[in-house]
Amino acid sequence: MAQILINNVHKVFKTPGKDVVALQDINLEIKAGQFVCLLGPSGCGKSTLLNAVAGFALPSSGVITVDGKPITAPGPERGMVFQEYALFPWMTVAQNIAFGLEIQKKDPAEIDLTVNQLLELLHLTDFRDRFPKDLSGGMRQRVAIARVLALDSPIMLMDEPFGALDALTRRNLQDELLRIWNKLGKTIIFVTHSIEESIYLADRIVVMTYRPGTVKRDQPVTMPRPRDPSSAEFNELKRELGRLVMEEQQRHANDEMKLAAVD
Amino acid sequence: MQKLKDFAHGALVPVLLLLLWEAGSRLGLFSEVLLPSPTAVAIKWWAYLLPGQPQEAGQSYLAWLFSGELPHDAYSSLFRVITGFLIGAGLALPFGLLMGASPRIYDLFNPLMQILRPIPPIAYIPLAILWFGLGNPPSFFLIAIGAFFPVLMNTIAGVRQVDGIFLRAARNLGASQWTMFTRVILPAATPYILAGVRIGIGTAFIVVIVSEMIAVNDGLGFRILEAREFMWSDKIIAGMITIGLLGLAIDTGVSRLNNHLLRWHRGLEH
Ligand SMILES: Nc1ncnc2c1ncn2[C@@H]1O[C@H](COP(=O)(O)OP(=O)(O)OP(=O)(O)O)[C@@H](O)[C@H]1O
Ligand SMILES: [Mg+2]
Repeated sequence: MAQILINNVHKVFKTPGKDVVALQDINLEIKAGQFVCLLGPSGCGKSTLLNAVAGFALPSSGVITVDGKPITAPGPERGMVFQEYALFPWMTVAQNIAFGLEIQKKDPAEIDLTVNQLLELLHLTDFRDRFPKDLSGGMRQRVAIARVLALDSPIMLMDEPFGALDALTRRNLQDELLRIWNKLGKTIIFVTHSIEESIYLADRIVVMTYRPGTVKRDQPVTMPRPRDPSSAEFNELKRELGRLVMEEQQRHANDEMKLAAVD
Repeated sequence: MQKLKDFAHGALVPVLLLLLWEAGSRLGLFSEVLLPSPTAVAIKWWAYLLPGQPQEAGQSYLAWLFSGELPHDAYSSLFRVITGFLIGAGLALPFGLLMGASPRIYDLFNPLMQILRPIPPIAYIPLAILWFGLGNPPSFFLIAIGAFFPVLMNTIAGVRQVDGIFLRAARNLGASQWTMFTRVILPAATPYILAGVRIGIGTAFIVVIVSEMIAVNDGLGFRILEAREFMWSDKIIAGMITIGLLGLAIDTGVSRLNNHLLRWHRGLEH
């Protein structure tokens, strides 16, 4: 389990013409074992923040630490699940899951054991020797999750992992994820622009503003799980967050109108 | 049944052409010296294929069966293609991987490659003889050059098109530079590399025939040139058909290998 501290983080993208302030003054303390959702309209900097925690693109200023250690590069202690799955198509399901362990030069027998357990955990046993091209989107995302779980990393970063899935598969995987999180107790940062998804999953929802990306609302969610999306409490929160996101969405739309006018 | 139908469909035009040709020959429309009849070619081909001498004591049956001129020539040509190709592709692959992965190495070598690439391997013949004399070495050299560039260019392109998401995923899993190269970049580039291999083998096969016309005294290329000196046009055509069949066999083999190696690949065309 690991605690993540995000301290005064700024991120500026220098583009020809003008600079884009993607993140401004982000301060978050994420407790070990917490399930946090980053919520906001497109372009508000959710991926940028997640990539900074993953170590792919470091902040322009400010620091992010995990258990006190500053992040400088990507690493297996912060496993990432990408929206576009990013499975290696030339590896079978089992090989994809085993890859991270092979990199760590684990004993082959141990790798085998772990892979089998994960295949079991994610209901993939029958698909172990398939290639990703022969799997549905939901299946692929299960493999991607298993691949990260194999690392046994205390932190899991997920960038709209269920964004491309149909509603039923999505709910199914959300439940799986909660089950695994419960069982393995990881710290999860989960990016989404679905308000319902964030309320269904998170202990805490961080709503972000559009350009510059700042924290608009830091909302704890205390409803007991499993949560009922049709309950009054759920819907009240959904309306409230919906209003916040809509404001930012509106600013995004205005921005695009302005850009179009300039063009 | 469908397969049989397809086959009959595909065979229609060649068979018709053969029949016309045969009829033309029988009617005396074509000169026997310039264009012998298909039957004459087939008979010659058969003679070319069969062992020249009776089986010797101590010689195994198989060795005897393949002791004819044609098997020997086909083997010689194939040996040259494979050796030359392995040299050319063996140099092109690591070099292409480096050039594809490192912009600095690419910038350093690309101008030279762009100058050398358009020179057809055939144009190296005088140099090849000067440098390597007669025998197999000049053939190896020419074939290696023919195979080098297609494999090189495709390997570079293959490495450059590797989707960044794979690199990010691998870095996230903690892959070292070396692991990244061998387990991610190389396999991600294989569809391109194998396409280059296929083109490279095709070029190697063209070059072997030409190279055999200059510096050696066996092989399919040598044989058809030799046959011309005796005005054996039936043997020339028999040799050409053998070249065609061997080329087809190689290409089929490579394509099978491709399909096996790329069984994970989505955009499989064959
Ligand atoms: N490499 C880059 N160069 C320039 N600008 C960038 C770059 N990456 C992101 N941006 C800009 O930074 C802002 C934040 O982008 P980011 O991808 O983090 O948004 P997001 O919240 O993840 O959006 P989405 O929901 O569409 O994924 C956007 O306005 C985007 O245009
Ligand atoms: Mg994003």
